[in-house]
Amino acid sequence: MKEHHAKTIDNDLFEVGGKILTSRLFIGTGKYASDDIIPQVCKHSGACVITVALRRVDFHSKTDNVMQHIPEHMQLMPNTSGARNADEAVRIARLARAMGCGNWIKIEVITDNRYLLPDGYETVKATEILVRENFSVFPYINPDLYVARDLVNAGASAIMPLGAPIGTNRGIRTEEMIHILIEEIDIPVIVDAGIGKPSHACQAMESGADACLVNTAIATSDNPVLMGEAFADAVHSGRKAYLAGQAVTQQWASASSPLTGFLSSLEKNS
Amino acid sequence: MLVTINGEDIHFSKSLTISDFLKEKDIASDTVVVELNRQIIPTEAYENTFFNDKDSLEILRFVGGG
Repeated sequence: MKEHHAKTIDNDLFEVGGKILTSRLFIGTGKYASDDIIPQVCKHSGACVITVALRRVDFHSKTDNVMQHIPEHMQLMPNTSGARNADEAVRIARLARAMGCGNWIKIEVITDNRYLLPDGYETVKATEILVRENFSVFPYINPDLYVARDLVNAGASAIMPLGAPIGTNRGIRTEEMIHILIEEIDIPVIVDAGIGKPSHACQAMESGADACLVNTAIATSDNPVLMGEAFADAVHSGRKAYLAGQAVTQQWASASSPLTGFLSSLEKNS
Repeated sequence: MLVTINGEDIHFSKSLTISDFLKEKDIASDTVVVELNRQIIPTEAYENTFFNDKDSLEILRFVGGG
């Protein structure tokens, strides 16, 4: 079980995948009305990890190159979206690494089109192969303890359990299961998917999640820059609360003010 | 010569390299990754890798994603 440490937020760096990060907010690059805003979102959110996807070049339409909008200091986390099994995920991961932007890979193996829920078995298989090829592997999973343990054994850099299906903005619906992973799994837990507003991210961080990945909630906001900043505050706040140690919840009231020394009239009436 | 590029069958009358094709499509070679018959081709090999009949190519790039 992870313990609370009496450390301050100032030296609270996040070490994962062989990197030391100054922010526990990871962001995505999908769904922006215009990718031109991405540099500002990076700056105002303080995020230093950003996800991208790999797709076929469309020769019939001139599309923007997302990479020109991603500041150089950002750690790139390509995903394997589109993969339906372990072999496809491995193929996409190798192609992504050949782009020359590092060895981080977020494994997404999905066959269910309605809920986009990840296939734990195929995800573990892909992770085993890619770790052997020296990738830093970040698997997107259902918050399942056994899958998480298999991923630890396979050498994953972190696990990325979902709060709710991708793009739903429904919050941390899997809260109890994520709590179990935080307690039982000794590699970083990065809550991914479903985080629809800053309070959701704060809630995950308060519970002891190591980081959050947010895409839709920032990208589809009317003001992605301001929303990025709001998420940064929430993640920071939740992390501080976790480090501070939360007060115990109780069923009955417990006065915060002294119960002695009242004015005599109040004492008679009370 | 018939080459399949990103799932589309394309006829070429003359031989050409990956580099030639990318230039023709106005695509910077350092913004894509190329897989030829399931083998990843390093960027520096684009200039001397020629298309052959029945080759299958995948030319991919990073796009926005979560």
